[in-house]
Amino acid sequence: MSGEDLGAIWLTLKLATVVTLLLLLFCTPLAWWLARTRSAWKAPVGALVAMPLILPPTVIGFYLLLFMGPQGPLGQLSDWLGIGLLPFTFSGLVIASMVYSLPFVVQPLQTAFEQIGQRPLEVAATLRASPWDSFRHVVLPLARPGFFTASVLGFAHTVGEFGVVLMIGGSIPGQTKVISVQIYDHVEAMQYGSAHLLSAVLLAFSFVVLLLLHRYRKGHLHV
Amino acid sequence: MSEQAVGIAARLRLQRDEFVLDVDMRLPGSGVCVLFGRSGCGKTSLLRAIAGLERAEGVLEFRGQRWQDRYSFRPPHLRPLGYVFQEASLFAHLDVMGNLTFGYQRVPPAQRRIVLDEAISLLGLDNLLQRNAQTLSGGQRQRVAIARALLTSPQLLLLDEPLASLDGPSKAEILPYLERVRDELALPMIYVTHAPEEVARLADQLILLENGRIQAYGTLNQLLTAPDLPLAHLDDAAAVLPARVLSHDAHYALSELAVPGGSLWIAGCQLAQGSATRVRILARDVSLALQPSPGSSILNSLPAQLVDLSADRDPANLLARLELRAEGQPSQSILARLTRRSADRLALQVGMRVHAQIKAVALMR
Repeated sequence: MSGEDLGAIWLTLKLATVVTLLLLLFCTPLAWWLARTRSAWKAPVGALVAMPLILPPTVIGFYLLLFMGPQGPLGQLSDWLGIGLLPFTFSGLVIASMVYSLPFVVQPLQTAFEQIGQRPLEVAATLRASPWDSFRHVVLPLARPGFFTASVLGFAHTVGEFGVVLMIGGSIPGQTKVISVQIYDHVEAMQYGSAHLLSAVLLAFSFVVLLLLHRYRKGHLHV
Repeated sequence: MSEQAVGIAARLRLQRDEFVLDVDMRLPGSGVCVLFGRSGCGKTSLLRAIAGLERAEGVLEFRGQRWQDRYSFRPPHLRPLGYVFQEASLFAHLDVMGNLTFGYQRVPPAQRRIVLDEAISLLGLDNLLQRNAQTLSGGQRQRVAIARALLTSPQLLLLDEPLASLDGPSKAEILPYLERVRDELALPMIYVTHAPEEVARLADQLILLENGRIQAYGTLNQLLTAPDLPLAHLDDAAAVLPARVLSHDAHYALSELAVPGGSLWIAGCQLAQGSATRVRILARDVSLALQPSPGSSILNSLPAQLVDLSADRDPANLLARLELRAEGQPSQSILARLTRRSADRLALQVGMRVHAQIKAVALMR
């Protein structure tokens, strides 16, 4: 395996970790709101969150490119802040990956919150726990399987992305060249051996992830 | 009621699909008040509104503290109450001990009036502490839930049909614990149920709810024997009397219990001499005589005054309300169901002195 291959693996892991952590932070309140609101906004927001599930990644990438570009609102903001433009940078890739993997984190969390229901919160309130206290000491522990599923799916899905990366990140070694792009480059250059090796790594990774997830869910069925 | 004696003063209104809850009530600050009515009459909604789990409009005060009015709403976690839900709703991520201490830890030590060991022994939980909530029986879970609520040292305990989802044996298992809580802790309780058995055993006061409104409010004995309320006309209409064990007669295997206006002989009483209990007398087990009748095999007879005679559901029958007088105590009544023919033969009239002959007495414990 070449140094460039290892660099791509390292970059992919870094990207997936950062994206997963940020998504957990961002999606927890969003999923909580979606699970409990009776607002009329629930349906449109839910649909918006689910869009990346069915949109072609190139479409997401294209719009994000415009959004972050010199004419786009985020582009103008980042430019004004002195960060410069985000496309073809690691930060841009992080933002794009967050959009792309959003439903994979929101939906398991939302399901977990919905399954907990209203009752444990009411019990906690009558046991003197403030809403924040209840969330921390009742909801979070009860939703642990949901957080595990959300992290695994968010991470794995980010590792596997290609279309969005190509549109937003290009193929800059150490910056935006993740495994899937590296495999593509190998195939373009007819280096089937190297492509095989990296592809096998991703294949094994996906299998292990699904196996773990299955085991974990089984272990939590009777809880 | 004086301001001090008033526990809860509430004027609450809550719009529901099936009914409008609309109550105006003042409850005493002690004893067990049972909210009674058929399902869907608003009992649970009223209890939840008192706890702040439901946002009703109106004013609610507890012992002079304002819990809600037009401008303010004190959230449930700041109201000093305990709540027992119909399903025990134990936290699945905690063991029994973790459930018990959840509320306990959140009460400042200076405000704790019930300590851990006390609640554990009161509800008989010593052997369950390390158990997972999922492995407990329904009755055990509900006992943990009651102890968990008590450990917040509440000033008011609200119980929402705590026995309704349990089978017969589990109900029988919990009732004595509830009686102990009532007798050993000076803690006012509001108890929702639609089971007459629980009313008879636990209630001091009774509120009858119908379609979201209070149909009647009074002491247990008053409401059970009020001829203008439906309770007195049920098939197993009954009066409940306070009683005290006077003595046990080993020869006849009977015990003598003091009740208002006299004493009753009763079989199968295991309670210690001097202990307080309740007895229940069904209307159909009481007949009337104008004189004491020594020639009868009926063991128990109480002198009483006929204070009401009214039509019963069956046109052949009348329902008599009999007042038992006891010096220095509020008077208590029992019911007698008799045929109209017998009433005419005895020429019964309201105000007459009669003898209530009682065929059977059930000990409520």
